Parts: sequence; C-alpha cells; structure tokens
Amino acid sequence: MIRTLIRPSSRRSLLKGLGAAGAAGVAISILPSKGFAAEEKKLNIYNWDTYIGKTTLDTFKQKTGIEVQYDLYASNEELFAKLKAGNPGYDVIVPTDYTLADMIAVNMVQALDHSKIPNIMNIDPDSKFSNPVYNPGLKYGLPYMWGTVGLGYRPSKTGPIDSLAAIFDSDKYSGRIALLDDQRSVLGYALKFLGYTLNSTNPDEVTKARDLLIKQKKHIKTLAGDNGQDLLLAGEVDITMEYNGDIVQIMHEDKDIAYVVPKEGGIVWIDNIAIPTGAPHPDNAHAFINHVNDPEVNAELTNTIQYATPNAAARKLVNADDLKNPAIYPPAELLSKSESIAPVGDALRLYDEAWTAFKAA
Amino acid sequence: MQDWRKNKLAFAILMAPASFWLILFFTIPLAIVWVYSFGGRGPEGQTLIQFSFDNYRRSLEWIHLGIIWKSIVIATITTAACLVLGFPLALAIAFAPSRLKNVLLLLVILPFWTNLLIRTYSWIAVLREKGFLNFGLEWLWNETDWVLTLLGMPDVLGDFQPLRLLYNLPAVVIALIHVQLPFMVLPLYATLEKLDKSFLEASLDLGASQWRTLLSVTVPLAMPGIASGVLLTFILSLGSFLAPDLLGGTEGLMIGNLIAHQFGPSRDWAFGSALSFLIMYTTFIVLWVRSAIASRSEGGVGI
Repeated sequence: MIRTLIRPSSRRSLLKGLGAAGAAGVAISILPSKGFAAEEKKLNIYNWDTYIGKTTLDTFKQKTGIEVQYDLYASNEELFAKLKAGNPGYDVIVPTDYTLADMIAVNMVQALDHSKIPNIMNIDPDSKFSNPVYNPGLKYGLPYMWGTVGLGYRPSKTGPIDSLAAIFDSDKYSGRIALLDDQRSVLGYALKFLGYTLNSTNPDEVTKARDLLIKQKKHIKTLAGDNGQDLLLAGEVDITMEYNGDIVQIMHEDKDIAYVVPKEGGIVWIDNIAIPTGAPHPDNAHAFINHVNDPEVNAELTNTIQYATPNAAARKLVNADDLKNPAIYPPAELLSKSESIAPVGDALRLYDEAWTAFKAA
Repeated sequence: MQDWRKNKLAFAILMAPASFWLILFFTIPLAIVWVYSFGGRGPEGQTLIQFSFDNYRRSLEWIHLGIIWKSIVIATITTAACLVLGFPLALAIAFAPSRLKNVLLLLVILPFWTNLLIRTYSWIAVLREKGFLNFGLEWLWNETDWVLTLLGMPDVLGDFQPLRLLYNLPAVVIALIHVQLPFMVLPLYATLEKLDKSFLEASLDLGASQWRTLLSVTVPLAMPGIASGVLLTFILSLGSFLAPDLLGGTEGLMIGNLIAHQFGPSRDWAFGSALSFLIMYTTFIVLWVRSAIASRSEGGVGI
C-alpha cells in the first residue's frame, strides 16, 4: 500500500533525503566531542589482579552506564614498561608509590581535576595519605589501598618472631627462609636491620647491607617473586618475606600462619589510583576514581580484598575483625618506624650492583 | 630448479616476503638494541641515546664475566648430557622399523606442544620437598622400615628426611636437559636418517665390531648433525632464564636473568642491550666455529 501512496520518483528523492540526513548525523557525531557530546560510555582500567571488589564495577555501571574494560598487570615494572612506549589506551592505572613518583617525573600521568572528585574529602587527613612527599596535594593520584611488607611465618615451627634478626642474624631457620625477589625490598630491609634508612643513597651503607645478605645467603632457600605465601602454605619454608595481603589470604586456609611487621620497622606501600597521560576517557576516569572513594563502595572493596583503606569515611563500615587485625592495620608504633620505598635516582645503580653481587655470590 | 641468475625477477619476488619479515622484525629491532647498547640511563630509567662504551666496559667487569662463565658451564653440562642421552635415542629412532618411526618421533616432539612455563613449573611439583619424588622415596623408606621391623630390626631407619632437590643448580640443569633434549634429538635424527647404511654394512663386513663401527664410521658421518644439535642446544641453554629463575633459588643467576633484570626492575635498557650483544658476539663466534667444522668434514651429510 505504501508503494502506491508514494510515487516512485518521489520515493527516490525521499530515500536520497534520508540518506543525506543520516550522513549528516553520522558526520556530526564523529566531530570532536568537546562541548558537543559527552565521552563515549567506556572506560579502560589497568589494575593488579584480585584488587577490586565483587560489586565495584557493577555498581559503577549502574550509576553511570559506563562499560568497563578491565586488564591486569603483575608488577610495577610491567605497568611502567607498557606505558613508557606510549599509552595504549588506558584511562585508569594503579601504580605503587615509588612508581607513581617516577611517572610524575616523566609526565606519564596527568593532573587530576579535584572538582570532579568530591569524595576526595573522605581520604584520611594523615599526611602520609593526603599529602605524600611524592604527590603533594594529591595532584596526580589518590591513594587506593595501602599495606606493609613483613614476615609471614608458621608459629608451630618457628616460635614467635618479631624481628628481622630471624632472617638476617640467625641460623636457627637455615634453609627454611624465603625472601622477596625484589632488590629494593630485600636490600631495604637489610639497611633497616643495620639501622639505616630504607632509601639510603650512601654507597657504604648499601655495601654493608649487601655483605650482610651475602653472609646470610646460605640460610636462604629461595627468592620468591610473588609466591612466597604459597611456599609458606605448602611447608617448603617456615618464614617468608611477603606482602601483608598475600599472607592474610593464606591465613584463611591455614590457621597456623602468622604475620608480623618487624620491630625494626617494616616497609609501607601505598598504591595510588591515577590517570595516565593520553587517556581517551579522562572524564569517565574521574567518575570512577570518585566512585571508588564513595564510603560504601570503598568499604565493600576493602572487605573483599582485605587490604587497608586510606579512606577514613569507609573505615567506619569495614569489618570489625579486619580493623583489629594487626596484619591489615599495623599498630601505630610499628607504623611510625616503617618507611615507604622512594625513588633514589641515580643511586639505583648501587642497588643493582649489590643485588647482582648477592645473587651471583 | 632453475639457476637463480636465469630469472632474477622471480627470485626477487619469492625472496621479498621473507626478506621483508626478516628486516622488519629482526634486523631493525636488533639495530635499535645495538644503538641502545651504546646509550645511557636517565634518572627515571629512560634510555638516553648517546655514544659511550660504558655499558660494554661495565659488562666486562669481573662479576658479570663470572655470571657469563657460569652460564657457559651450565650450558655445556646441559649440552653434553643431551648429547649422551640424545644420540642413542636418535640412533634408535633412525634404525627403527618405519611404522614405529613416526610414533617415536611424535613422542619426542609432543612435549613441544606444552607451554615451556608449564613444563618448567612441573619440575617444581616433582622435585620439591613435598613433591612426587620425595613422596615416592618416603613411601619406599617407610615400606623398608616396615619390612625391617617385621624382621626384628625396628629402629634401623630413622625419620625420613626429604631430599633438597629444588632451588639449587642441579634442579636447573635437570629442567634444562628435559627442555632441550628434543632440540638435540631432531637434528641428529635428520642426519642419521640420511646416512648411507651401506657404509655401516661395509664396515661390519670388513670385520669391525658394532662398537668400532659406531665410533669410527657412524659418528664421523653424523658429525654435521651432531654439530647442529650441539650448537642449537648450547645457544638455547645459554640464554635460558625461566628455569634458573623458577628452580634455581638463590643459586640461579644466569646471564638471561641478569639481562631480564636490566629490562625490568633496574630499568637500565642500555646495559641490558650491551649484555645481550655480548652474548650475540659469543653466539657468532660459536657459529663460525661450527661452519669451520662443517666445511672440514667431507663425505658427511650436511643439514
């Protein structure tokens, strides 16, 4: 019936008109979108594995309608190397403190617009979180989660442990010790044991730390990259130097596991959520950072992954058991003696050479 | 086959894709790494393009030469063991009845189809203190203890102490032999297969024993295959970093690990490039030695 209502020649012109309108519409929509239309509803997140809540991404999608593409990396070096050659399209990244410091120095991250992140006021006002040395005023990223690197051990085999002397000054646990395969952490611990700062740039101090490690080498079973907790759980070692979150996870499977921040002071790490330069969807990224710092979302995240949150408002909603757990929230006096790994600039060569000497000894 | 000079255009067209691939994905990246090896390192780990021999000088320091030497020793042990294990295996396959040949070859190639990481990881499951080997030994120990108790000697064997087979150099060598064996067997098999069996028959007819034939006739004729297999295995073992990293514990530092460390935590790509090229030069020298051996051996079947 339509065919007879519209005469053939005008049908052709109608189709032509529709075609022109369609082409114009497409052309308008692919014009640069600033001011014309919002960013497309997509977000590319690059994060550590098992480092997000069960519902974080779903609630984000419900609130904003933005689709999330979620990729994983296993180390700060991998993150840095991937972005060094040019941002392949990530909007949100989660570098650890010293990596963020390096990225700021080479303009790999962009400054945040705090007006788009109202939940920033929920961050703990302690200067460690709200005004860190490497990121003053939280200009380039917000703290995401924090924790410590300490000693996980099996009390039934080793007895109580509270000091680095167990791994650096004794042969009681010979052959049952695993250390992290990370030069800054292990040499840093040796420096702290000798009473120096974690981020020493003094060649003599680093040499003494190296010699201590070489002396202890025969008691160390292996250097574990990220599976120290698995070795502890399997009974291959009785003491391991590991991140607190990894030890807390195996504590669920085996009650005979304990974690301690040594009395000489441990290593504190703070992961930060940031936006790399060249991100295709910076507005969506800001919205995500804001979403993650919403007290309820943050509490759900923390309760799932069981790391410590720097979000003071969320802490009220965190599991009471987690708040009391010294493996997650270490006591204040140990925290005050702990330090964060900071970039040491050219002095990194000292650590490289000390580490190579230790490994080759 | 035509002589390529007769139809240069066809030759060029056929060569083009392979040459293009080689240049784009091999020569150019290698050239970039070569340029890096003369470069420097900025304070945040950036690679600076400059010209200095610092990196090479540093890679020739005693400690790094020690690591290179250790890697060469490990690679040599691995290659020797692969040769001793692989030659009889290749011989057996080459002289097997033809219906069995394919099956046997498949058995040698099959591990290739499993990811290298999984193959190396599986050694952890076998060698660790609560691994299969120690479980087996513990079972044997307990059974022997039970038998001895029955025979009236209850406390002869004490508690079972698991063997420390992992996180040391022997574990690395074992895993490397396991991984590299196919690389030794296949070139050897290829040579032995093409061997003119009449030479062996003649030797036996002339009164030589089997053993004598093997040493005086088969091995010299198979020398090009042996050279290829040894070369391949040696170079691959020298550059390995997975096995020493996973299985070596604190003793596992080979040159591959050192180079990987430079491109990772140390962020000193220039030094890593210099070390890589040092290995490259070593490889070129070994290749040159190989071609010298190959050109010397007349009558042998080349690969």
